[in-house]
Amino acid sequence: MSYTGWILLTASLVGLSCGLVGVFLILRRMAMMADAISHTVLLGIVTAFLITRELSGGHMLIGAIIAGSLTAVLVQWFHARGVQQEAAIGVVFTTLFAIGVILIATQVGNAHLDVKHALMGEITFVPWNVIELPGIGEIPEATFILLLVLSVVLIVILAFYKEWKITSFDPGLAASIGIPVVFMHYLFMSLVSVTTVAAFDAVGAIMVVAMLITPAASAYLWTDRLSVMLVLSSSFGVVSAVVGYYIAVWLDTSISGSMAFATGIVFLISFLCSPKHGLLARYVKPVTMSDS
Amino acid sequence: MSMLFSANAQWVLLSTLILGMASGMIGCLAYWKRQSLMSDALSHAALPGVVIGFALIGSKNLPVMIAGAAVSALLGALLIQWIRTSSRIKEDTAMGMILSVFFGLGIMLLTIVNRTAGGNQSGLDSFIFGQAASMVRKDVTIMLFLAAVVILVVCIAFKEWKLFLFDPEFARGLGLNNRLMNSVYLAVLVLVIVIGIQAVGVILMAALLIIPSVSARYWTHSFKWMVILSAIFGGGAGMTGTLISTMGVGWPTGPFIVVASSALFVISIVFGSEKGLLIKALQLRAQKRQHVYAVMERSSAERGGGMG
Repeated sequence: MSYTGWILLTASLVGLSCGLVGVFLILRRMAMMADAISHTVLLGIVTAFLITRELSGGHMLIGAIIAGSLTAVLVQWFHARGVQQEAAIGVVFTTLFAIGVILIATQVGNAHLDVKHALMGEITFVPWNVIELPGIGEIPEATFILLLVLSVVLIVILAFYKEWKITSFDPGLAASIGIPVVFMHYLFMSLVSVTTVAAFDAVGAIMVVAMLITPAASAYLWTDRLSVMLVLSSSFGVVSAVVGYYIAVWLDTSISGSMAFATGIVFLISFLCSPKHGLLARYVKPVTMSDS
Repeated sequence: MSMLFSANAQWVLLSTLILGMASGMIGCLAYWKRQSLMSDALSHAALPGVVIGFALIGSKNLPVMIAGAAVSALLGALLIQWIRTSSRIKEDTAMGMILSVFFGLGIMLLTIVNRTAGGNQSGLDSFIFGQAASMVRKDVTIMLFLAAVVILVVCIAFKEWKLFLFDPEFARGLGLNNRLMNSVYLAVLVLVIVIGIQAVGVILMAALLIIPSVSARYWTHSFKWMVILSAIFGGGAGMTGTLISTMGVGWPTGPFIVVASSALFVISIVFGSEKGLLIKALQLRAQKRQHVYAVMERSSAERGGGMG
């Protein structure tokens, strides 16, 4: 496959997996938690690098899962001790992120991992870092990890589809019929961390928030059905990734930045034009209703 | 270390001290308005404005960049408000979107500006993580002045802020204009964010607003003392972080300031005199002992009664 082809494939995979996870993030009102986890994953990656001294996908995934769960646990812990939820999130992620940045600046130097890379991602380098897979041939490592993560996300969502639906919309009911709500919460947090770290190479720590939240929020304006929302959100993710890439090529600028910007455009269109919840519909609707 | 004693370094230290104090005070307002994460969204949203401000002038000019940052942060705040009120999107989702999309736009513009001549030398990158050492005397003066304005706004209308935060209904009854107070609040919040981004950076600026106020909460119940303590914590963290970051070449200031204030937070949560973990554990133990004592007394009294 060509160089551009690999980049587009990787970007689309990011859009797809982030779009799926994002739907549950906004239904569970945990958008800012995603912001927090996307920052703290940096600490996980840096720590994994400092321990193993190599940038391998597996170690980074484990580091990220630990950092993500640590964030969720710490926020919960502070919240239980009387800190407002919002403030608890703010304290935890800024601190862990700052430690990550300091470790990079003082320990790692500019060897393999630098602060800029962590923030903005380097999707242009993705096609160079290939691994050999038996039977398939050469495939970029980041793409391979994204494929793995996407299948994990798909399996976990589809296998417990009904449970996710109930815990997201009515946690009280879910608890009363014996669904392990707390376990599902931490499972979900791990899914978010894994998705974040897989997308990290491509779009970096902050733009991954755009890929997680914005397509899902756009989809939320178009439909009331969870299944439709999942499909829409992941398609929006892919569309923004591809459009973002071409904007970046056109303006010769940061690819991850343009992808985040493209998700914003998708949202703006949904915000204005969605038939049910859009702004235009709001002005048109009263007329049709008085007509009928 | 030798730069520590240069006049410029002392001015920089003074400015981060005042900046920390101002943001500690505003952080208390944000804490009680339950808008801690709003400051995070707004500081990220300031990035495109900083870059556009730079691109318009073509060189690093702090007043223009601060103005740009303020405009784009305010635009972000209005968009969050608009999305929240006119659709079914919740506030946290709206904040996350504005934060990341604006930051993405900022990075796009930053890459374009950096590519064109002169952009690389401008130190625009230092606006992401903050580089207090890159500040010159003129920047410091502007920062000091604006931070002093913020502190004054909080101090002069202290009683009004208290009413506005804790009993808006009563405040309205007294004829206080809540809309006006809200606008002033947003204005000082944005102001403190934009003056902080050169020293702390857009990504971690929110920490300087959130962490000192949460720490102060562990020492007192009185709002007045909370504001004072938060200002002290913020100022102390600002100075300590700046000092540490001058010890290495090219070390970013923001993360060190944040870690310094987190250290204060950990101390507060353990030793805090109001709700600290230590004091709570001691109270629990004293209560237990008292309870055991009471039970023993009662049982011995019963035994005594039975025998009599």
